Amino acid sequence: MTKIEQANQEAFRRMDSGDPEWTGMVYAKDVLPDMDRYTIGHAGPPLAWEEMCGPMKGAVVGAIRYEGLAETEEQAVALVESGKIRFRPNHNVACVGPMTGMITWSMPLFEVTNKTYGNVAYCTINEGLGKVMRFGANDDSVLARLKWLETVLAPALQKAVQAHGPFNMKVLMSKALAMGDEMHQRNIAGSSLFVREVMPTLARVVEDRTQLTEITDFITGNDQFFLNLVMASCKAVCDTVKNIPYCTIVTAMSRNGTNFGIKVSALGDEWFQAPVLMPEGLFFPGYGPQDANPDMGDSAITETYGIGGFAMGSAPAVVRFVGADSVQAAVNYTNDMYEITQGRNTQLTMPNLDFQGTPTGIDIRKVVETGIAPVINTGMAHKKPGVGQVGAGIVRAPMDCFTQALLAFAKSVGVV
Amino acid sequence: MANQVNRLFASQLWVANVGVDVFYHAVLAQHVPAVQVDWRPPAGGDARMAEILAKLRDL
Repeated sequence: MTKIEQANQEAFRRMDSGDPEWTGMVYAKDVLPDMDRYTIGHAGPPLAWEEMCGPMKGAVVGAIRYEGLAETEEQAVALVESGKIRFRPNHNVACVGPMTGMITWSMPLFEVTNKTYGNVAYCTINEGLGKVMRFGANDDSVLARLKWLETVLAPALQKAVQAHGPFNMKVLMSKALAMGDEMHQRNIAGSSLFVREVMPTLARVVEDRTQLTEITDFITGNDQFFLNLVMASCKAVCDTVKNIPYCTIVTAMSRNGTNFGIKVSALGDEWFQAPVLMPEGLFFPGYGPQDANPDMGDSAITETYGIGGFAMGSAPAVVRFVGADSVQAAVNYTNDMYEITQGRNTQLTMPNLDFQGTPTGIDIRKVVETGIAPVINTGMAHKKPGVGQVGAGIVRAPMDCFTQALLAFAKSVGVV
Repeated sequence: MANQVNRLFASQLWVANVGVDVFYHAVLAQHVPAVQVDWRPPAGGDARMAEILAKLRDL
């Protein structure tokens, strides 16, 4: 067996045996390294303020106001332009966030621990639909909701985890997959399963009746609530594959609305980037392609792990939502992903595909050789900050990321 | 050689077409049984990438 094949088999073994559990709620200020009020985590590879798209800039303004560093948009922009705000990719500090992915000092985070390997990953709480910071909204209603997540929901969830013990995410994700979620654009089953698991404990630990009602309404009113827990789980698994010598498996795929970036195991934390592509899909009434912002968010960590677009064949109900032609087309997407991955997950299995496991471990060699780019199911943000989600669709990772990475890998092992 | 080719085309053909599917459809249009093999050149025909992939195969 070649060194590359050995390394890639080890990567697959780690991904397949990863066992993520939701172990608590924490605050960014308490757990993230080198954190201060002037540091803002964002989705995707690194980028400067001048390169940011509309929703990303809108979210940054909101994040600065949320932290109390400015009262108005003008003051927030002036603060950024003064150079006092430091931007960094969430992926650098074991974090992920959907769409704009803002993570600041005061924000509460889901803490997910990979029980097999002991490492931890974090993700923000899903804000729901409509005017939300992950789509670039930043008005007072957005900030008030974020403050409620920080001061009411997060402490309640923390009490629930303490009373209940860790929640096994792999079990929940496996059930959700079998119930028709691909866990990127469809999380209805997972969110329902989560409610079923957590509500009995929440009802016992939250004494204030009004707060319990608000919490219940919030969690049950958001079909995508489960997504952020899934993202932290995928991150906790994918991080264990980093830095394996000779390994050509992808450890991260992410987008900042301007560029798409990937990381490859043997190449450590180096990003390989190309301009993001525009998703193709369906738009909500009143919106069209002219309104959409290009691809954005850390949520492609789900595809990096082998679910989302990779598991579309197991989620027939998402087919029309993301604009695929047919159920067979969704199955074809999953079959194509087997062509570019190392193996099949032994626990995340798809009943309607004869219990085949999800395609796991993207190999940059196979992507370049076959010309098949990873497929991603994604939400589409309006290009103007604050409008919100305008549709959902399917997008491919840019091939140029993979050819650049393959060239860098070949250089690193002395082949060119 | 020419005779062999002529004999081949005079007999019943079963065609396996590899790559560009316009040939597959052309054969089908002439009522000849055919199968299509979905094949593309490695790395989409990028010679440099194909060479790198070949070298990495032994590593």
